[in-house]
Amino acid sequence: MSSQATPAAPPAPASGPDSAYVRIRDVSKKFGGITAVDHVSLDIRRGEIFCLLGGSGSGKTTLLRMLAGFETPTAGTIEIDGQDLSRVPPYERPVNMMFQSYALFPHMSVERNVAFGLEQEHLGRDAIRRQVGEILEIVKMSGYGARKPHQLSGGQRQRVALARALVKRPKLLLLDEPLAALDRKLREHTQFELLNIQQRLGVTFIVVTHDQEEAMTLGTRLGVMNRGCIVQVGTPSDIYESPASRFVADFIGSVNMFEGQVYANGADGLCIRSADLGCTVRAERAAGCPRGATVWAAIRPEKIQIARAAAGTAAAPAENLVAGTVREIAYMGDTSIYLVRLDSGSMLRVTLPNVLRGAEGPIAREERVWLSWHGSSPVVLTE
Amino acid sequence: MKPRGLLSRIALALGLVFLYVPIISMIVFSFNNSRLVTVWDAAHSPTLKWYGVLLHNEQILTAAWLSIRIALTAASAAVVLGTLAGVALARFGAYRGRMLLAGMVTAPIVMPEVITGLSLLLLFVALGQLIGWPKGVGAVTIALAHITFCMAYVTVVVQSRLAGFDESLEEAAMDLGARPLKVFFRITLPLILPAIASGWLLAFTLSWDDLVITQFVAGPGSSTLPMVVFSKVRFGVTPDVNALATILVLLVATGIAISSLWMRYQQRRRERDLQLAAAANL
Amino acid sequence: MAVRLSQAMGRRLIAAVPTLWLLVLFLIPFLIVFRISFSEVRLAIPPYTPLLSWHHGAPHIEVHWSAYSFLFTDPMYVSSYLYSLKVAAVSTLCCLLIGYPMAYAIARASTATRPLLLMLIVLPFWTSFLLRVYAWIGLLNNNGVINNVLLSLGVIHHPLALLQTDFAVYIGIVYSYLPFMILPLYANLEKHDPALLEAAADLGARPWRAFLAVTLPQSLPGIAAGSLLVFIPAVGEYVIPTLLGRPDQLMIGRVLSDEFFENRDWPVASAVAILILLLLIVPIMLFQRVERRQLEAAQ
Repeated sequence: MSSQATPAAPPAPASGPDSAYVRIRDVSKKFGGITAVDHVSLDIRRGEIFCLLGGSGSGKTTLLRMLAGFETPTAGTIEIDGQDLSRVPPYERPVNMMFQSYALFPHMSVERNVAFGLEQEHLGRDAIRRQVGEILEIVKMSGYGARKPHQLSGGQRQRVALARALVKRPKLLLLDEPLAALDRKLREHTQFELLNIQQRLGVTFIVVTHDQEEAMTLGTRLGVMNRGCIVQVGTPSDIYESPASRFVADFIGSVNMFEGQVYANGADGLCIRSADLGCTVRAERAAGCPRGATVWAAIRPEKIQIARAAAGTAAAPAENLVAGTVREIAYMGDTSIYLVRLDSGSMLRVTLPNVLRGAEGPIAREERVWLSWHGSSPVVLTE
Repeated sequence: MKPRGLLSRIALALGLVFLYVPIISMIVFSFNNSRLVTVWDAAHSPTLKWYGVLLHNEQILTAAWLSIRIALTAASAAVVLGTLAGVALARFGAYRGRMLLAGMVTAPIVMPEVITGLSLLLLFVALGQLIGWPKGVGAVTIALAHITFCMAYVTVVVQSRLAGFDESLEEAAMDLGARPLKVFFRITLPLILPAIASGWLLAFTLSWDDLVITQFVAGPGSSTLPMVVFSKVRFGVTPDVNALATILVLLVATGIAISSLWMRYQQRRRERDLQLAAAANL
Repeated sequence: MAVRLSQAMGRRLIAAVPTLWLLVLFLIPFLIVFRISFSEVRLAIPPYTPLLSWHHGAPHIEVHWSAYSFLFTDPMYVSSYLYSLKVAAVSTLCCLLIGYPMAYAIARASTATRPLLLMLIVLPFWTSFLLRVYAWIGLLNNNGVINNVLLSLGVIHHPLALLQTDFAVYIGIVYSYLPFMILPLYANLEKHDPALLEAAADLGARPWRAFLAVTLPQSLPGIAAGSLLVFIPAVGEYVIPTLLGRPDQLMIGRVLSDEFFENRDWPVASAVAILILLLLIVPIMLFQRVERRQLEAAQ
């Protein structure tokens, strides 16, 4: 019980940035014959916002519920700040959770909701009132203390739920799809506010979400989950720019992917011949694939240039250059998406920013175009 | 669209007439002076004569008092058992024995009353032989029987109320440091209180009203009100039963009127709250 | 660990209390009925032969089929069995025909009047069932309200024999069980999206076609729940046929009660109970399935 009363963690990580604050070791969870979480090991640092990103059924929620104590791991251990918590019940963990539905007690006022956790520690009435007041101030909900949850808007409920989970100054705050119930405009605003509060209090956050945009903006690091396993851990840009597998490349953002064979590997990267694409791909930042190996080249749509005439024809046989016909154009406001049918028959997706207002002579449907990209753009994937 | 809407509205009006004509005729004839229940004695009516007769009928008063005591006991015990069963069914997941409980709990609702009554009496007889208890049938066995079929209704009401509530409410309380017992009393119980209250009322009414099962498990000297009324009306109509019916209808109608006024008040308050929340969205 | 253990114990206790109660007061009594139905009546206490007896020191199980064979050979029992089925089926159909339009009208009423209408449907249910059946004696009697009105209007010249007829039993059952038909139907109809009917109209369906093609199929779960809620108790009905019905044609619930109380033949009464259950097992299981589906949908 006493562990719950630990004062706020200092804003700056006391231990080194690489030392693990939350240590998940080889954790598995089986429900009957189904493995929801499969041998997951993960280190989370003090003070960071770690996002678990995955589709439904990926095991992210089960992992979160094991951290909260609602599920007991079938195997493996969970340590927080050096303390093994794998089998500690939820009401004795220095961990709090913000539920996706917020789970505000409908029969209690905002104040009583927020005070609930402190009351379990048998704090004095004055101390409770003071702490509740403070945290409501932080989430900008002072003045709403007497209201019942159903008298609040969605955004206000979210803030009360956050206050209720934070008021005990947990070592770890778990957030289950924290923004999913908010409408689009409010989400962006709340997202920044959440970051703000996290930095102010220095609490370690673990966020579960299926929304990649949410994960990218919130997370200092992401863990992508698929079928109960962590498939990649890294910073948002790591994961977007250097996905480790076809699953990750496809799951985060959109991508053009083509199968091909390695026919040269040198100091200046790999050369891949792809029948699907109908040209040679030179990937500068890739190595370590033997000749003849089957690989996949992944190119993000915004990294492709589109032109009416082939640029740099002087270069030796067309590398990173391919011709096609525009089949569809989708105008999105800030960008436009072009779907181009290549001569090989494959489709390629290209995103271009609409830099100029009412630009003259834009590329039209059924026009013949040349597509090219920089040698650093393609990512070579083997699995 | 129009003619069909009209048709169903006419059907609704006629149906309501069908539902209320018998009740109204009972009320009207309770003020009739004639012994012949259905012949209006215009010269001497309306009269409160039969209410006087009723209130001096020792047998009916004793039976009513017994019925009230049994209904109070049965409803209160059924609420406890039914709440436990409802919580187990709605919150404990797929534990071993869930199918057994789920199957047994709804069965008394649909079981024909003659069978429930017969089987319970045979149980009491068998128990009496086997362990010497109960010594005979009477108020205690009636109460036991009533608890059994009433708890089924309470379970259904409580279970469906719990199903309407997100289990994360209880998880949140636990997450904030409350132990399971405290979670139950601080979170679950307050949330299902309305269901428990309506379950209690339902159980009280069913127990108060039951005739068939009671007839099986009642003994000499433990006649409930429905049993006395049944034996009276079976061998001829008696005007004081009309008076009894009128009193009961009035009691129920007042209760329902008060509760629906209360509900309307709650509804208004909820609507005001929703407007408040909508305004906060700006 | 200790905390987890005590929590598991607490849960087990919570589930065990109602389960045990129902085992003792529902399942075991039912098994006793089953077991007595295979005994023979005798003049003793208890008035039936034991299932297990001792012959020369060895246990001997005695199973008698006499109660059942008696039931199947006496035409009185067979006819009351079939009569109960007929009464329950006809009453259920009448309830459906009367209740459906009523439920439909309530579901279509404005949100302000709906609670009032529902209250009017439910209110009779809260008043005594027995007294409501009794009220019909006063209405259907030879010198009852209906006959008096018809006589004074000159429609008839001799009182109609209404009481102690099949008609009176139908009236009694429909009257008593109508709310059980209307409420599930209303709960179903109320959830229908009016846009579906508009879509049907938009696609050229006339109101009746739209009703048959859209509303009716969607309301089948409500029809099933309501019909079962009326049919199941109607089969074993005791009070209504006793007060309003024919003295020469008993329903099966009355037969059971008479066998037990008048003839003191416990094995035959038990066998009747088992046969009623056999008749109702399919409807009861159907009902439980409909209920479970609804509960799951709510979750």
